Parts: sequence; C-alpha cells; structure tokens
Amino acid sequence: MRRVLAGLFVAGLLLVPAAAADPPSPGVTHVEVPPGTAAVDWGTQLFGANCVTCHGPHGKGIFSPVRGAGDQTGLGPSLSGVGARAADFYLRTGYMPLDDPHNQPHRSRVLFSDRELAALVAYVASLQPGPPVPMPHPERGKLAEGQEQFTEHCAGCHQIVAAGGYVTNAVAPPLDKATPVEIAEAVRIGPYLMPRFSDEHVSDAQLDSIIRYVTYAKHPDDRGGWALGHLGPVPEGLVTWFIGIALLVATCTVVGRRLHS
Amino acid sequence: MRWLIALVVLVLGRLRRRPRLDSEERIVPPGTRDRHAENVVLGLFGCATLCGGAVPAIYAFDSIPNQTQFLGLALGLAFAFVSAACIVISKRLVVTEEIEGEYGLSHPDEQEDVKRIVDESGDRLTRKRLLVLAGAGAGTALGAALITPVASLGPVLDVSSLYRTPWRRGVRLVDEGGRAFLADDIEEDTFYTAYPEHADREQMGAPLVVVRLKPEQLQLPDGRRHWAPDGILAYSKICTHAGCAIALYRKPTFTPVEPKPALVCPCHYSTFDVANGGDVLFGPAGRPLPQLPLTIDSSGELRAAGNFSGPVGPSWWGVRRHGPRS
Repeated sequence: MRRVLAGLFVAGLLLVPAAAADPPSPGVTHVEVPPGTAAVDWGTQLFGANCVTCHGPHGKGIFSPVRGAGDQTGLGPSLSGVGARAADFYLRTGYMPLDDPHNQPHRSRVLFSDRELAALVAYVASLQPGPPVPMPHPERGKLAEGQEQFTEHCAGCHQIVAAGGYVTNAVAPPLDKATPVEIAEAVRIGPYLMPRFSDEHVSDAQLDSIIRYVTYAKHPDDRGGWALGHLGPVPEGLVTWFIGIALLVATCTVVGRRLHS
Repeated sequence: MRWLIALVVLVLGRLRRRPRLDSEERIVPPGTRDRHAENVVLGLFGCATLCGGAVPAIYAFDSIPNQTQFLGLALGLAFAFVSAACIVISKRLVVTEEIEGEYGLSHPDEQEDVKRIVDESGDRLTRKRLLVLAGAGAGTALGAALITPVASLGPVLDVSSLYRTPWRRGVRLVDEGGRAFLADDIEEDTFYTAYPEHADREQMGAPLVVVRLKPEQLQLPDGRRHWAPDGILAYSKICTHAGCAIALYRKPTFTPVEPKPALVCPCHYSTFDVANGGDVLFGPAGRPLPQLPLTIDSSGELRAAGNFSGPVGPSWWGVRRHGPRS
C-alpha cells in the first residue's frame, strides 16, 4: 500500500509541472525567439534546426544521401511550391520529422507546439507560392455520395470503413484519427505512396462528402450486430466456421443424447 | 392328424419361400407391404429428377431473369426431394428393429447375419427394380446439376472468345460519365478508369486504368516505343491472376527512397510495374498486365492505337501456349 501511495505521489509530482508549464517536448530542437518575431522568421530558424538536414537549404531538397548534423544521413524531397497545405498535413499528423528517410512516415505525437507549427508552415509557404491549408465543409457533404466516392477512390487501400490496409511495400493508415482538414489535405497532396486527387478528379463538394463519410465511418451504424472489427469476410468466415459450426455440432450432440436416453 | 397338417403346411411354406431362406428363420420380422408409400417415393424421386434436370436447362439460358436464384432453387429442391424420398423409405418401407448391443463384424457368421438383415430389410418392396431405377435417375440428374457449373470455367476447345476485346485502333477512351479523356487533363501521381466508347462496359476487356508518368521514367519493352504518348499509359483494369479489378495505384512522393510506381490488385496484392509494360513486381500474378497502345488525336483526345499486348483477364491453362493474340 505504501509503495502504491509513494508511486502516486511521484506521478503527481511529475504531472504537476507538465500541467502548469507544458514544457517543450524533447525530440526536436526548439528555438527561443524574442517576442514579436515574425512567424516566417521563427519558422526559418526552426527549419534550420530541425528540417534542413533532409530537405536542404531553402527546402530545395536533397536527392543523394548527404551526411548532416548529428551524424544523420540527409535525403528528402524539395518543398518548393508544396505550400502551407502539405507542410500543415505532414507536421500536424506527426509524419514529420521522420527518423530515417527510408521509413514510411506514420501518425505520431506532434513534438512542436501549435505556434511553432504555425511558424514552420508559414516558412514553408513562403518558399514558393503554393496551395493554402484547405477549409472543408463536411456538413455540406452528402453521406451517400461520400460512401460512393470513398468506395471508388479510397476503399481499395483504406478499406471500406477506413480501418486501414496494405499496399505492397507500405501500410495504408486507418483514418480513425484523421481530422476533416487532414483528410482534405491528404486527398489533394497524396502523401507517401497515396495517389493525388485534383479537384477535377474529385470535386470540392465530393471531397466534403468523402470527409463526412470518413467521419461517420469512425462509428458506423452496424445493423448486423457485432462488427468483428469491420475487417470483412475473413473474420466473419472464421466466426462462422469455428464458433457457429461448433455450436451447431454441440446442439446436435445434445439432441442426439436426449433421444437415446 | 394335427401334427400331419402342421407338417404339410410347413413343407408347403418352405417350398414357397426363396431357397436361401430355407434353413434359417428370418432375423428381420416381415412387414406389411405398402404400395401407397412406394408410390410416394416414386413421385419424390421423379420430382428430384425433374429439379436436377432443370439446373442445366436454366444454366443454358442466360436470358432467364434472376437466373442465379432459379439455379439455387432447382438444386435445393432436388436435394430436398431426394432426402424426402429417403425419409419415406426408411420410415415406411424398410423394416426396422432395435437390437441390443453392437454388431460384431469380426466373426464370419455375424457378417453373414448382417448381409441377411440388409437383404431381408428390402423384401417389403413390391417393385424393387422400379424404385432402384427411379433412385438412379434422381442421382444422375443431381450429379448432372452439380457438374453443370464446370462449364463456367471457360471454353475448352475454342478460346478465341477469351481474346475478344472492344478495343481496336481509333476507339475513344471515355470516363464513367461517357466524357472523352483529353490528354492534357491526365495528371501525374493519380489514376483514372476509362472505358471504350459505345461498347459494353461489363466485358472483361473493356475497363482500363490510365496513368501518366514522366516520359523519361518509361522503360517499355521493345516494340512499344510509341504506346505511351506524352507518358500516358493504359493497362487493362482486370488482374491477370484472379480477375479482380485493379483499384490500387501506389505512386512515390520521393523517388530516391520510395518504391516505384505500380498498380496493385487489392485481392492478392499482385503488383505491376507501370513504367515497364505492366511487369509483375510481386504477388501471385503469372504474367504482365496487358497494355493498350494509345494515341492522341488531332483534337487532343485519347484513342486506342490497337488491341492489348496480351489476353485480358485471369490466366487459363492455355494462356502461354496460345500466345499474345490469336
């Protein structure tokens, strides 16, 4: 009991400062700037401290491996013209910074504060004119159209209720944590191996519907009862064979015994 | 005198019986004959034969509405009639007797008993041969019904239908809504589904996947140098493994570290290299995805420049023997 109390006390001590001051997370380099510094300038410094090893000076990209700061091998695409849209997506999802440029980026904890993030996005957007962060309106979308469009363009990889799946050499992530803005960004950018869908291909109105459907699919209305993780026919078949048929055999055995006795 | 009469009756009775029952008494008690039940069994076998025979008949006519449902109904009824006939036989026509203990099959005498039990069980039947014939008829019809779907495995002798596609030189590519594709509208890093203009889209050879690469990325096989104008490539959308629709396009964001652009089938992850003529990179597919040669006409629209590089759709036993085009 004592030990538990002591443990709780220590945990409390650790939590109090976190709640009070919200210190910058380790893992990325935070840059102190005097108050009143323009976001783009702060972003420049943050970029220099965290991103330049892979994306190169002025975000021009590094196309053959270069030994950079901290003994890291730098290799990364150019950021010219990607605009605030891509920067916002990759940073807000925690896709960037990436440990190893050969890895697939995946959703992880965001290590920059909101203001640092905005500064970095402003810097990347200032490199070259590029698309802004989109403002989707999922409430204007139609659920049925969303499902249709999602089935046609997205479900092949992300699975019909956006539970995620595989492509050869990559993982199509589940979309349960994706916000409407992130979905709108991803559709237009095509992060990592995902295809890109322009507004001629998927209109803004259709995109609103898709976002509405993905939001719905986080908690779909399972008319059939137990959804088995929405994984489709394979687990359903397993349940049928191993549970359903076992129950049937058991019932037959009981009925047979009764007839005999 | 009484003994004499008894003896005469016994001798007459013995003479009337079949010789094999001469020496021993019956194991299974004789039952009364039931012609009514026999008629019912004959009728049920007849119905089963009709239903079983209906399956290939329904299968043969594609024009029948709800064909699949009727096939299922006919097959299900055929099974139901056969089982009903078996139930009537066992309940009404075969003499049953409970025995204590288990059959011992080791001793030759006991085996003989079992044989006799089986023989005697059937001797209530008055029209044995007719019943056996009816049962055989039902079984044959049911067997034919079960074998019928084999015809769907495809043509055996004349495979030319497997090569038939609606694509030939000059056919325009249109989208789902029937609008023509302009070459300039095809973007990189994404994929489009295209169909032949004025043709049945349900045909195996109809749907295409259209993608665009940078012309310098192309590594097409010899002889396909002009098949991808401005880097626009068209492939059959049907996987060469099991015939699923190819719905996945993976495209690298940053080529130095990411896998190369490929079309992926969602069923078994067969992966086809779009830059290199649909070559198989991974998965169970045994041959490349058929490529369709394209041209851009004077108004900038995409048109086919010929037929596919190989047979479209899932592979079959003779696919390599028959070569690319018949």
